[in-house]
Amino acid sequence: MTHGPRPRRSRRGLWLAAIAVGSALLGSCAPAPAGHELTFWTIGREGEAIMQLLPAFERAHPDIRVKVQQLPLTAAHQKLLTAFAGGSTPDLSQLGNTWLPELVALHALEPLQARVDHSDVVRADDYFASIWATNVIDGTLYGVPWYVDTRLLFYRKDLLRKAGFDAPPRTWAEWRRMLAALSDPQRHVYGILLPTNEYEQLMSLALQQPEPLLRDGGRYGNFESAGFKRALGFYVDTFKLKQAPAITNVEAGNPWTEFGRGVYAFYLSGPWNIGEFRTRLPAAQQDDWATAPLPGPAGAGIGAAGGSSLVIFRASKHKDAAWQLIEYLSQPAVQQQFYELLGDMPPRRSSWQGGALRDDPKARAFREQLEQVKPTPPVPEWERIANEMQLVAAEAIAGQLTIDQAAAEIDRRADTILAKRRWVLDHAQPDPAREHPP
Amino acid sequence: MNSPRSAWLFLAPALVVLGVFFLLPVLGALILSLTDYDLYALADIRNLRFVGLGNYWELLHRPLFWSALGHTVYFVAVGVPLSMGASLGAAVLLNSPLARCKPLFRTALFAPVVTTVVAVAVIWRYLFNTKYGMANYLLGLLGIHPVDWLGDPHWAMPTIILFAVWKNFGYNMIIFLAGLQAIPPDLYEAARIDGASSWRQFRHITLPLLKPTLLMVAILTVSGYFQLFAEPYVMTEGGPLQSTVSVLYLMYDEGFKWWNLGSASAVAFLLFLIMFAVTVLMLKLSRHGEHPDGGPA
Repeated sequence: MTHGPRPRRSRRGLWLAAIAVGSALLGSCAPAPAGHELTFWTIGREGEAIMQLLPAFERAHPDIRVKVQQLPLTAAHQKLLTAFAGGSTPDLSQLGNTWLPELVALHALEPLQARVDHSDVVRADDYFASIWATNVIDGTLYGVPWYVDTRLLFYRKDLLRKAGFDAPPRTWAEWRRMLAALSDPQRHVYGILLPTNEYEQLMSLALQQPEPLLRDGGRYGNFESAGFKRALGFYVDTFKLKQAPAITNVEAGNPWTEFGRGVYAFYLSGPWNIGEFRTRLPAAQQDDWATAPLPGPAGAGIGAAGGSSLVIFRASKHKDAAWQLIEYLSQPAVQQQFYELLGDMPPRRSSWQGGALRDDPKARAFREQLEQVKPTPPVPEWERIANEMQLVAAEAIAGQLTIDQAAAEIDRRADTILAKRRWVLDHAQPDPAREHPP
Repeated sequence: MNSPRSAWLFLAPALVVLGVFFLLPVLGALILSLTDYDLYALADIRNLRFVGLGNYWELLHRPLFWSALGHTVYFVAVGVPLSMGASLGAAVLLNSPLARCKPLFRTALFAPVVTTVVAVAVIWRYLFNTKYGMANYLLGLLGIHPVDWLGDPHWAMPTIILFAVWKNFGYNMIIFLAGLQAIPPDLYEAARIDGASSWRQFRHITLPLLKPTLLMVAILTVSGYFQLFAEPYVMTEGGPLQSTVSVLYLMYDEGFKWWNLGSASAVAFLLFLIMFAVTVLMLKLSRHGEHPDGGPA
């Protein structure tokens, strides 16, 4: 027993020595910080495509090394907020423009207007105006649009023609007629697929109305307006008339194949589906489908201004280098390359004038729609409100609420969610950091 | 060194670990649940308000909390008996002297426990697809109309329960198997000589002798099933019509999706209180049940 501790102690000494040597070795392995090492967070699929664009950037800027971290979409929001709370934000990041107001509310982002003013590459007037506007919060610019996203109609040309329609719908009334002609619930054939757990479709219809979705500077919901009720009514009627199945996107499973089989004649979705349909539908069917801008209540409709921007974090120590990367990624030639790699649509008009985009008939509707988009309300709570809006709308689809009841319920929930925002706005403290943009 | 002092010294490492990694966070969460800590407070701590029991009060007035609690209780009330029944049944079958290829079946039945829930959920979602799923195909052979398993608010939770039971019963089965093997075989032999049927052997030998194991498994399973999260998260994302939102799912949404850490902590504490109460109740009931029987010996 008395002999026990002694060898153990010497062994512990050995361990300590080993750890010390090991950590010294590890330390010497770390590269000396030559120039700048940029940490760049990407969200979702963009991370892989960006790897192929970076070598050219690093060749042009030998003093800058870019470390890309890919965040999965489902974990990105959480990770960004946690990084902010822990003071470990990256130098720059991709950021969905509905998340931008949140990070601006945290004062996490660097204002960019001064850099844009001195830039030869980033020119605001070349960008789609509404997309650019989603990056301006309270008059200050916090991001440069990277790619755009808006929802519009994918439709089966052949099915429409068979039903006697030569062109996609321009108005809701026309659209309703086509949906009626193309639906046959007996055969499980529907005019359109509108997954009941996605809020983008209803939101796009709601943005087409003249009334804003929130009122009094984002203090209260404005869902009891005549316009929103009209949009909600149109949306819910589509299900009531059995022109869309009341299913979620989990059950829809594989909407591409079903679209190909003619289960749905319309599909209201985003640009990434151009690529999906091209790869998933057989070659013989490629001429049977097309895209069209959203129909409006009367005439051409407005879409939602979605997409992702590039932002620089306030805590970054390499802001100039980060801006150089943003400028590089904003070049029309690079954006065209980006589109070819991934199908993400560029936010600049000049990027649309060349490459694969210019002559692509399937992309043309997006180009047209992008001139007619409207930003979502720039409040940090928006995504949550939109979620609640959709949950209540799903109850209306299930017949549990009337349109009026649903609108009132959405307003009630929105007002509850916005309660803290009202309090903060009423007790606003002067913020020195925001008053003096560099 | 006197002995109490050295006892504390030996306990100290464990206590420090417990204090730093358990007690402090719990205390922090308790304090957090009394505030309205959210995104605005994260931006500027001056936006933090002490709201007392406001979060709890609000939660108790929120229909979603009650429906989430209802879904969770439904899941526990149906899922735990089913799961334990399946485990016990499988264990008894495996323990039977007539069973062949025991190691193979033991491994096969235990396999779902060690597979990842996400990978399995993908397969289950296909099995229960309304149009192409095998479940509806089999029902169709029997002439039964297809069921919208994951899309109908009435069917989503039963499907989740089925999934969870299948996924988890193997774990308890192993524990039951160990318990069964500890029962002396001469008891069965004596019963057989007295002419007891196999049901009476099960009822009067197996169950009483397995009681401590049953109680432990019941408590573990109930507390595990109250923390329902992964299954709806990967199968239905809480839908359709929020019919599979559990209490823990609500907490995840509040805390990590919307960053309302104040009310998320309140949800956590309410869930803790409920689970604590249920466990105490189960212990009480089991102790109560011991008196009339007078113990198995």
